[in-house]
Amino acid sequence: MNEEAEKSEKPPAAGKFHSFRSFNPGSLYAWPMGLWFIVFFLVPLVIIIVYSFMKKGLYGGVENHFSLNAYSQMMNPRYVILVVRTLKISLISTVITILMATPCGYAMARSRHQTLFLFLIIIPFWTNSLIRIFAWMSILNNDGIINQMLRHFGFIQNYIQMLYTQGAVILVSVYMYLPYAILPIFTSIDRFDFSLLEAARDLGATKAQSMVKILIPGIKTGLVTAIIFTFIPIFGAYTVPLLVGGKDSYMLGNIIVDQVNKTRNWPLAAAFSMVITVISTVGVMWVLISNKNDAALNTSSTKEENYVTGKTAAGDTAK
Amino acid sequence: MNISSYFALQRSFKKTKSANENTVHAHKSWKKHNPHFSFSKTILYFTLLLLFIPLFVIIIFSFNKSKGSDFTGFSLVWYKKLLFNSGDLWSALVNSLIIAFTSAIVATIFGTIASIGINWYKFRGRSFIQTISFLPMVLPEVIIGVSMLIFFSGIKMPLGLFTIFAAHTTFCLPFVLLMVSSRIDEFDFSIIEAAHDLGATEAQTMTKIVIPAIMPGIMSGFMMSVTMSLEDFVITFFVSGPGSTTLPLYVYSMIRFGVSPVINALSFVMIIATCLIAFVLRKGLKNFAGSR
Repeated sequence: MNEEAEKSEKPPAAGKFHSFRSFNPGSLYAWPMGLWFIVFFLVPLVIIIVYSFMKKGLYGGVENHFSLNAYSQMMNPRYVILVVRTLKISLISTVITILMATPCGYAMARSRHQTLFLFLIIIPFWTNSLIRIFAWMSILNNDGIINQMLRHFGFIQNYIQMLYTQGAVILVSVYMYLPYAILPIFTSIDRFDFSLLEAARDLGATKAQSMVKILIPGIKTGLVTAIIFTFIPIFGAYTVPLLVGGKDSYMLGNIIVDQVNKTRNWPLAAAFSMVITVISTVGVMWVLISNKNDAALNTSSTKEENYVTGKTAAGDTAK
Repeated sequence: MNISSYFALQRSFKKTKSANENTVHAHKSWKKHNPHFSFSKTILYFTLLLLFIPLFVIIIFSFNKSKGSDFTGFSLVWYKKLLFNSGDLWSALVNSLIIAFTSAIVATIFGTIASIGINWYKFRGRSFIQTISFLPMVLPEVIIGVSMLIFFSGIKMPLGLFTIFAAHTTFCLPFVLLMVSSRIDEFDFSIIEAAHDLGATEAQTMTKIVIPAIMPGIMSGFMMSVTMSLEDFVITFFVSGPGSTTLPLYVYSMIRFGVSPVINALSFVMIIATCLIAFVLRKGLKNFAGSR
């Protein structure tokens, strides 16, 4: 506590921060939350990192020995296949999600009923995710709705196995994370200056050209955010593969939970967690960097900015 | 995730109807190019259909007479069972509500105060706190759950309501921080300086000026925390102990071990409840946007 008091008495630096008195309560305000995160987030994360370099204890837990056992166990072909499969499923789901979300975001941004559409997108996601997964289970089941319909119309005699396959995992993953992709894409398309598209068309670009060469680069930040917000959660998914996936769609999240709860090989679970953490962190860095570049690029060309300059120009002529 | 949705909503409310000339012109000529068919709109409608299919399925089957997936006739038997014969479910709901509200309150208090500190003052460790408060939002839930489980078992903390509360507070805090920060961004700091010049103490400025001004941000942060806490399954799954079953855990065990259409009935009740909340929130948001 004393240390904090000392810190707060330091004269605050000038700049965008307000320093009107010698007393600076900033650290006093922020550190309670900082401490909470250190105790309940940072320390656990560090423990995970440390555990991944330790030896497995006999009855769960770890022994106090440095070892790379967990990482060499990870090289087991069984686990390598699992990592590759996880990557594959998350990549396919992400691509499908983005391909669906971009036209949606575009249509929403161009629509006059933006608020309505936003609500329609969000409302299904205020229902518990498990319940939504359960609904998909009863749709895809062997005597679920789709199979019943197909049977009714005579396309099939028995049933098509749909639940407990990789396809089901991908379908439900896409379903679960579509809004995560639509919203950032919508936001950035909404901010996009559509007259640029027209200019492109006037200059002789085809519709497809104007979309690919003008719109897509213009909404890059939104796209990157959408990719990350879909890819990372699917990459670390646990519930979806557990409930709608079969043995051939076991993913990293499932293996971590198994290692923690059943096999009780905590170092291995920690090592797998490290894989996910590192990949997520790289993704997040990508978003941050792309955001920064975008901000630098857009300082003079955003829609809002144009309005402002347009206004001042009008003001000048009025004078 | 919800964060972007809330921002998008706020933005769309703020937008004025009379767009400027550029936009109107662009819209008109775009319409000229696309008189009938629109690819993006088709995809949008298809997506909305996809999003709502599971909800329709839930609603229809909640009124089913039999237990199977054939619709045999209309009945309210599952609603009866939900009301009068599901003690475990209700106690799980009570647990969920206790955790949701306590963790949301704690997260809102810590998050709001910290947001003021981070946005207005420069101090040692500021960027550290910013980074560390951003990470829980992007890491997959499994990681947070596993690390917390290992942490709690390391310090020999018995798993139960308290551990769930701590975990939920942790993952709610970043969202409160974001919501409140977005509100503080638009706040005119000179008002604070004026208050100080007029002789207000720090505490007076806080309670009489700052807190009322950023109240909408605080409220939306609180609401979001409650919904996310009620919704969370994966993290809770790790840090819960015997006797601390929350609603998502209960639903999970129902799905895993013997499905009963009571889930459908419960879901429909929850859909109605969330729609009501959405409606209320929508009014609130509109007022909030209109007040500026």
